[in-house]
Amino acid sequence: MSMQPRSKPGPEVAKLNFLAALRDAMAEEMRRDADVFVMGEDLRQNLYGSSAGLLDEFGPVRVRDVPLAEAGVIGTAIGAAMVGMRPVVDITISPFLYPACDQIISIAAKSRYIYGGQTSVPIVLRASLFYNAGSAAQHSDRPYQFFLGVPGLKIVVPSDAASAKGLLKTAIRDDDPVLFFEDFNLWSTSVRCDHDDEADRTVPLGRAAVKREGADVTVVAVAASVGLSMKAAEKLGQEGISVEVIDPQTIQPLDEETIFRSVRKTGRIVAVDPAHRTGSFAGEVLARVTETAFASLKAAPRRVCTPDTHIPFAPVMEKGLYPSVESIVDAIRETVA
Amino acid sequence: MKNSLHLEMYRRMVRIRRFEAAAVDLLAKGELAGGLHTTPGQEGAIVGACVALREDDYMVGTHRSHGHPIGKGASLRGLMAELMARSTGVNRGKGGSMHLADFSVGSLGETSIVGSGLPIATGAALGAQMKGTDRVSLCFFGDGASSEGTFHESLNIAAIWKLPVVYFCENNLYAISTPARETVSVEHIAARAAGYDMPGHVVDGQDVLEVYEVVKSAVDRARSGGGPSLVEAKTYRFEEHAIGLNHLSYREHAEVEQWRKRDPIALFRDRLLDEGVISRGDLDKAEEDVGAEIGDAIEFARSSPDPDPAEAFDHVYATTLETGA
Ligand SMILES: Cc1ncc(C[n+]2csc(CCOP(=O)(O)OP(=O)(O)O)c2C)c(N)n1
Ligand SMILES: [Mg+2]
Repeated sequence: MSMQPRSKPGPEVAKLNFLAALRDAMAEEMRRDADVFVMGEDLRQNLYGSSAGLLDEFGPVRVRDVPLAEAGVIGTAIGAAMVGMRPVVDITISPFLYPACDQIISIAAKSRYIYGGQTSVPIVLRASLFYNAGSAAQHSDRPYQFFLGVPGLKIVVPSDAASAKGLLKTAIRDDDPVLFFEDFNLWSTSVRCDHDDEADRTVPLGRAAVKREGADVTVVAVAASVGLSMKAAEKLGQEGISVEVIDPQTIQPLDEETIFRSVRKTGRIVAVDPAHRTGSFAGEVLARVTETAFASLKAAPRRVCTPDTHIPFAPVMEKGLYPSVESIVDAIRETVA
Repeated sequence: MKNSLHLEMYRRMVRIRRFEAAAVDLLAKGELAGGLHTTPGQEGAIVGACVALREDDYMVGTHRSHGHPIGKGASLRGLMAELMARSTGVNRGKGGSMHLADFSVGSLGETSIVGSGLPIATGAALGAQMKGTDRVSLCFFGDGASSEGTFHESLNIAAIWKLPVVYFCENNLYAISTPARETVSVEHIAARAAGYDMPGHVVDGQDVLEVYEVVKSAVDRARSGGGPSLVEAKTYRFEEHAIGLNHLSYREHAEVEQWRKRDPIALFRDRLLDEGVISRGDLDKAEEDVGAEIGDAIEFARSSPDPDPAEAFDHVYATTLETGA
């Protein structure tokens, strides 16, 4: 498993790195609210790169390394949340959520409901999408789609450092359980951060961002696929095809209105999602568009996903499976052909 | 003081017994939907443990949890209304028998996925510790649940962080039809405490006072920073796993009869009378009062409205997001 270079503490950066953005979001929220604390495996050593400096500033009570016991740890976070804490659990690589699925699905997601509003579970579960990393099938999942069918969870999948920071801050302040999926392919990326006050910006959950306006085709993309879609849009722009790129940011609940409005304008939709095709978020987007904006469609909806096979170790087998600028360009072209 | 505590313990045990008897009766009459996991035989364990807590302490129950909120002092109206699926139920009709949790008495849930409550009780203890309160968390679970991974993960977490939690196993010897002697690696579940470097105690679950004394000392220890304990109450459920499941043949009739002779309510009553602590008149009066409370709870539930079907969409989220603005 290859780890990213450590991110350095210090907010006065003109460019904001993805992992540093996550660290800053947690540090700022911990300064703001004494009930916020972080727990996870190897946090103190900053093994995964998003907890630099936290131990020094906040101490071992609020920066807790945990035993390898995902169900126990997430359940413990839920119990603490029920009595007024705001835990942020770094589960590190997202398949490590699986041993804790009962706690996430049966307890975190359902407690408010099953107890008729007597409680709420303000936890954030951070999990990285560790694909395209030569880590083979068990470590490479993009499992947000499995949780889409669980009401009660909010699911955030940011596409760059700036939005990741603002979304994580909002997720920590939110009173519901939030699954926060961080694309490994974005870890070393940075975005310009021009204004000082931007460092303290929050991004609302449940709102999509229109990353680029266009008239001919709507592309809805998640995680690192947003950046790929932007490149595809730029390329096609040179050929006179005008592409609108939407980043939902929160995939549950989904800002479908922004997507419908766009499709009513363009008449075409391509959904791009690095997860497996069957049961994908991309499929959900197309289903909703087809149900609601069918009359606006001028072409069959398309999706660009990972085909339904496991993720192999050998890079030559792995690379071609995920959405790429080329495959996105091809799909967009098909809709305008 | 002792006198009034004992009378209250007796009252709560009777309340659980009568409440469940009323629920079984309502089920037979078709006034109640769903199943019922009842606790006759286990009231001594439940009440002895609950009464060892302070009012503001936390508690987590199981699928067999009518007794836990009653033991902790919940009013019967909201509980009965919940069993009868009314909008005035503690869960507003969204939980029913297996999730009968009254948060106003410190409950943090009664969960129907076996073993899933253990980490929650552990987390409540972590929250109490981090907030600097001296609250304690009590976790009920069964012999079956002691084989779930969450049991072991929770005890380990509580031990390394010295959390103020008491794990309380109601060992009624069976998980549905499966005997603990075939599925649990040790004779006493309390022995598992040793693996987590915490005290383990075996108590007679039919003796409410013994349960109370032992849980009280575990609670005191937790409250003063001494960390977690595991208490195992040997007990028995007199009825089947759930009402209606009477065709199973996993236990001998003689065994059931033997245990019925050790009914925790009758044992406690005899003892109170023998020792002359409380008069027969006071005990009878307590039973009468409980009978009236149950009548009142049933009336309350019957006269309460059903939930509006549209409420099926409420309480999914604490904060509803504005999308697409
Ligand atoms: C994870 C899980 N597995 C199986 C079941 C089905 N089930 C419900 S209660 C029960 C037995 C539980 O035994 P125990 O923990 O001893 O509690 P008891 O019923 O004896 O009170 C089982 C197997 C369940 N609800 N959850
Ligand atoms: Mg049992």
